[in-house]
Amino acid sequence: MTACAIDIRGITKRYGQLTALDRVTFSVPEGTLFGLIGPDGAGKTSLYRILTTLLAPDEGTATVAGRDVAKDFRQLRSEIGYMPERFSLYPDLTVSENLHFFASLFGVEVKDNFALIAPIFGQLKKFPDRRAGALSGGMKQKLALSCALIHRPRVLLLDEPTTGVDAISRSEFWDILAGLKEKGITILVSTSYMDEAERCERIALINRGRILDVNTPEKLKERMEGNLYSASSETMYPLLEALRSLPDVKDCYTFGATLHVVTREGFSPEAAICKLREKGLENVRIEPAEGNIEDLFIKLATNDE
Amino acid sequence: MNARTLTALLRKELLMMKRNPIVPRLIVAMPVLVMLIIPLVATLDVKDVGVAVVDNDRTELSRRMVADMEASEYLHITGCYARHDEALRQMENGRADVIVSIPEDYQKDWTSGKKPRLAVEANGVDAMKGTLGAQYAARAAARSLTQWQAERGIGLPAAESNTMNLYNPTLNFRNYMIPALMVVLLIIVCGFLPTLNLVGEKEAGTIEAMNVTPVGKLEFVLSKLIPYWAVGLLIVTVGMLIGWLVYGLVPEGSVGSIYLAAILFSLVMSGLGVAIANRSATILQSIFVMFAFIVVFQLMGGLFTPIASMPRWAQGITYALPPRYFIEIMRAVYLKGATPADLAVQYVALAGFALLLSLAAAATYRRRD
Repeated sequence: MTACAIDIRGITKRYGQLTALDRVTFSVPEGTLFGLIGPDGAGKTSLYRILTTLLAPDEGTATVAGRDVAKDFRQLRSEIGYMPERFSLYPDLTVSENLHFFASLFGVEVKDNFALIAPIFGQLKKFPDRRAGALSGGMKQKLALSCALIHRPRVLLLDEPTTGVDAISRSEFWDILAGLKEKGITILVSTSYMDEAERCERIALINRGRILDVNTPEKLKERMEGNLYSASSETMYPLLEALRSLPDVKDCYTFGATLHVVTREGFSPEAAICKLREKGLENVRIEPAEGNIEDLFIKLATNDE
Repeated sequence: MNARTLTALLRKELLMMKRNPIVPRLIVAMPVLVMLIIPLVATLDVKDVGVAVVDNDRTELSRRMVADMEASEYLHITGCYARHDEALRQMENGRADVIVSIPEDYQKDWTSGKKPRLAVEANGVDAMKGTLGAQYAARAAARSLTQWQAERGIGLPAAESNTMNLYNPTLNFRNYMIPALMVVLLIIVCGFLPTLNLVGEKEAGTIEAMNVTPVGKLEFVLSKLIPYWAVGLLIVTVGMLIGWLVYGLVPEGSVGSIYLAAILFSLVMSGLGVAIANRSATILQSIFVMFAFIVVFQLMGGLFTPIASMPRWAQGITYALPPRYFIEIMRAVYLKGATPADLAVQYVALAGFALLLSLAAAATYRRRD
């Protein structure tokens, strides 16, 4: 059993009437690339703010890199690298000034840990004197990551780093994270893109401030198998309504160009097609589908309500 | 307190200030422009007072009085009228500010040992010009009378009191303004710049990244205050240089006591600025709050209107306004040559405000440590 890099126990945070985080409990083993997956407003940023000591929880405890977020926050700040959702470097300072500035705040030299950020910093190296504010979106993100890593933190906390970034840069970014994980850095990354969940080793699904499930993406997907089908016909909307009225169907929702149908035990596609034909729906195709995290999320979120 | 961290933070502030398209120019241009223009424009010297004379006497003495008034550099005669209502019309249409009426038998009464009186009326609409003008006119007439009596050996010269304005002998309003203008500049620059800087970091989100670093509260707040102390000293230096080179006004007291007060006052203003910034979420909010303070400071601090002429309750309030003490120090050092020992109360009050507001700045900086 490896040690826990992040251990969260019963964290609750309320803003007036709203409960942003409701008894959140999970832990992140040392050296994992861990995803926190949930829609906007699920409470991801609040959790990050608690883990980075910016916000005090109402209840519960959490440790990051073995330090309690409430008691040892001073030492904790040197152990973590944080990249908030918003670009938070100084736009008027140049690339190299930003990097040196953040290094000096942590009392290190840029050259001490340059090897760690070299793969990320590669392209930025060509224009050290450009102002951070004048960089492209992907470059800004790489600079922010470099600055968050310059003191070689044990735990890297990334809050929606790929929001608003193009598909190629996003994929590149996940390759970078995989590389950092190889170097032994624990990474907690949040995203609202369900497809990115599969690039993580383990994920926690969060909705309305509650953790729905924590597991590896594969294990989570397995739970969907056997009762997930994709359905299509010429007229999609009547099909959606008809499927929802079937007793064996728990849920049906659009998924890209097809419908995904979550069924109860004993559902038979052939019987369903027959029933639909009776309702006047022709050429219906229902095939077993491979579930992904989005399906699971919808399933868990529906159960939760 | 970590000196290395503070150095890094200060270096960053300096770089950002240099890169800012407006701030460095403002820091130099504003004091220069204010010091060059405002003392020329905002003058309270009364010149060119129009005097309408109603001469009912028409003697040598009355003509001499009119001639002497005309000769004064402050007065000019709009005309001599036979009737009072003609003179009054001159005042109504704005040509005259003062009416001097010389009674009938004025010269004769003086010769026979009586003491006749001149009637001097002033326009109360422009009160400043009217009252001062009336004084000038009365003084000129009195001088003519004294001379005339002396020449004729009539009685003893009237006991004349002579007023002399100490410390500002010519009552030059500029001498009163220049020290105050430096105070105005410090209020604006040291009050606004740190506020805008800090709320700017909030709006840009850069403060978030800063707050998860091991940088302590004290270092961070100091990094926001120190640059503006330097700016404050720069402004005072520019102000004193212009006061000397352009207006020939040199502090009677020591330059050191002016710098000491300027450092304390910069601390007061920047501490207030940081405290306001800590409580504001946007630049707009902070500007409005700061502006409310600045308006009160400017109008009630004794910059343009003397505190002594305020109602008693308002005078009480001014004790809570830090600029009051700074202005008193500036004027006393500049015009009277006072030393910090003479002004111990003011210096201690400023130091107290500086300490209080710096503590407020650090305490309101919301961050857990």
